[in-house]
Amino acid sequence: MSELLFGDLSVSYDGRVAVHPLTLAVPSGGWLCLIGPNGAGKSSVLRSACGLVAHGGSVTVAGVDTATMSTRRRSRAIAFVPQVPVLPADMTVYEYVLLGRSPFISYFGVASASDRAAAAEVLGELDLADFAQRRLETLSGGERQRIVLARAIAQGSPVLLLDEPTSALDIGHQQQALELVDRMRRERGLTVVSAMHDLTLAGLYADRLALLHEGGLVAQGSPAEVLRAEILSEFYGVSVRVHYEDDGTAIVIPNRRTRV
Amino acid sequence: MTTNRRGWVWLLAATLLLAAAVVLGVMVGPAGSLSAANWNIIWNVRMPRVALAAIVGAMLSLAGASYQGVFRNPLVDPYLLGAAGGAGLGATMVIAFGRAATSDWFVDPLPLAAFLGAIAAVTVTYLAGAAFGSMRTSTSLVLAGVAVASLTSAIQAFVLQRSSDGVIRAVYNWLLGSLVNASWHDVRLVLPYVVVSGAVLLAHRRHLDVLRVGDDEALTLGLDVRRVRITVVAAATIGTAAVVSVSGLIAFVGIVVPHAVRMVCGGSYRRVLPISIAVGAAFLILADIPGRMLQNPAETPLGVVTAFCGAPFFMVLLRTRRATV
Ligand SMILES: Nc1ncnc2c1ncn2[C@@H]1O[C@H](COP(=O)(O)OP(=O)(O)O)[C@@H](O)[C@H]1O
Ligand SMILES: [Mg+2]
Repeated sequence: MSELLFGDLSVSYDGRVAVHPLTLAVPSGGWLCLIGPNGAGKSSVLRSACGLVAHGGSVTVAGVDTATMSTRRRSRAIAFVPQVPVLPADMTVYEYVLLGRSPFISYFGVASASDRAAAAEVLGELDLADFAQRRLETLSGGERQRIVLARAIAQGSPVLLLDEPTSALDIGHQQQALELVDRMRRERGLTVVSAMHDLTLAGLYADRLALLHEGGLVAQGSPAEVLRAEILSEFYGVSVRVHYEDDGTAIVIPNRRTRV
Repeated sequence: MTTNRRGWVWLLAATLLLAAAVVLGVMVGPAGSLSAANWNIIWNVRMPRVALAAIVGAMLSLAGASYQGVFRNPLVDPYLLGAAGGAGLGATMVIAFGRAATSDWFVDPLPLAAFLGAIAAVTVTYLAGAAFGSMRTSTSLVLAGVAVASLTSAIQAFVLQRSSDGVIRAVYNWLLGSLVNASWHDVRLVLPYVVVSGAVLLAHRRHLDVLRVGDDEALTLGLDVRRVRITVVAAATIGTAAVVSVSGLIAFVGIVVPHAVRMVCGGSYRRVLPISIAVGAAFLILADIPGRMLQNPAETPLGVVTAFCGAPFFMVLLRTRRATV
């Protein structure tokens, strides 16, 4: 059964359609990657799923429509990592990760021992225990991405949405972050949907890709089915070659327009 | 955690500061220091004045810190959404249309009009902001506040322009903020509002910490951002309106105190709110002392002292420490 289901999901801003009705299902423990040019509607899909923008159609998690959930209930079902997270400069890493427990704290309550233990556990799992008392402003780009991920994982939601989680990182830290997501997905059985620009990485980590173009879903399937030169050329407006490794990994290489 | 323990130390230090300020405030005045002979002055003049200064300072600081949290802007104060303009207009109306005639009224209409004026102005701001913009962004609310403040000051100017010099002077004195006529009656009048408002604001300090990551992320962390914002703004406004109604518009406290606290003890609202209460109370008690001593030709208004001490202090802090919300 699919854990996350977008049923005829559509988004419009002030009457202008940004996402045409699309239907996508992600099985429990699966990783769907949304790809497509800038402005295709990837962020709109993710943001509507976690209640940040109004949408048509439905988003259901384990069969429950998110429209029927309270804000708190929805935050227990779906964790979201925005493209540019806000990191209060003088907050400590521990305080920040503990924010992930907010959905479990009653309105007038304070973080319980089990909330604190959950935050500490995630910090340990992500090898961040030594960072607990560091202020966020003192972290490097790669460390920031890890603690943002740690907060989302501390939320304990079965569904994790990531909006371009690696766009600000170098190749080593991109790999580190994605490996971390993949490990959490396997260890905690998370269902992941991410928007990504690096097509090679998208194909490497996700088990399904969905290609959006001008708000429409134009292709979906396994990486091998979607990462094809003629599809990418058509929708990205560039000429590319796709090279397949022996293990099936697709490598997307842009062609130079004019060869010297 | 070590950060929590440090929080308690700061709160203790702030409380000691407050205790020292209270002692000093009661000891110092034109009638001389503590003695049996001037007990009457101390009990009926200085003590209510110290108590009221503490209440006003604590409330403005707490409301300022809460506003800053809910708007994620370190430069806003509790007057942001028109509370000052509304209170000023209410007071102006009473003073302009016959302050003398109200001396034997059962209820003094001046604080009442200021209180209701502040509440009305913020309500108009809220309704306008909600009608003209999405409430998920606070920008429309702030802009509506600017509009309401201009409107109230326009009406005020129109009324004053038709008033006598005496009225203008009285209004001006009220606007500057002062505790000259502080009495136990004033203390009893505002205390219930301040206690309720303070309790509600303190109860939301964890929510303000969640809001530090912005409206969107706070929402995905399960915070009903809109409800929290309305609740905090309402509580802060009621408390502010209550203290302003008896003290006039005392400037700068609501920005300077939370800022100073934040710079010293960090930005977590779990610490900033309670410590701002103690520091704000101490600050206003101390700021009220020079005014009593500088009596010629008239007592220096408290609002002048707070701005005069607060502004340079603020600049020094800004130079030496970086501010974050
Ligand atoms: N808040 C918004 N208001 C109006 N238009 C928006 C808003 N957010 C996104 N859009 C528009 O919706 C379209 C899709 O944007 P987005 O979902 O951010 O695309 P992507 O993440 O794929 O780059 C774009 O045309 C963008 O201009
Ligand atoms: Mg985007």
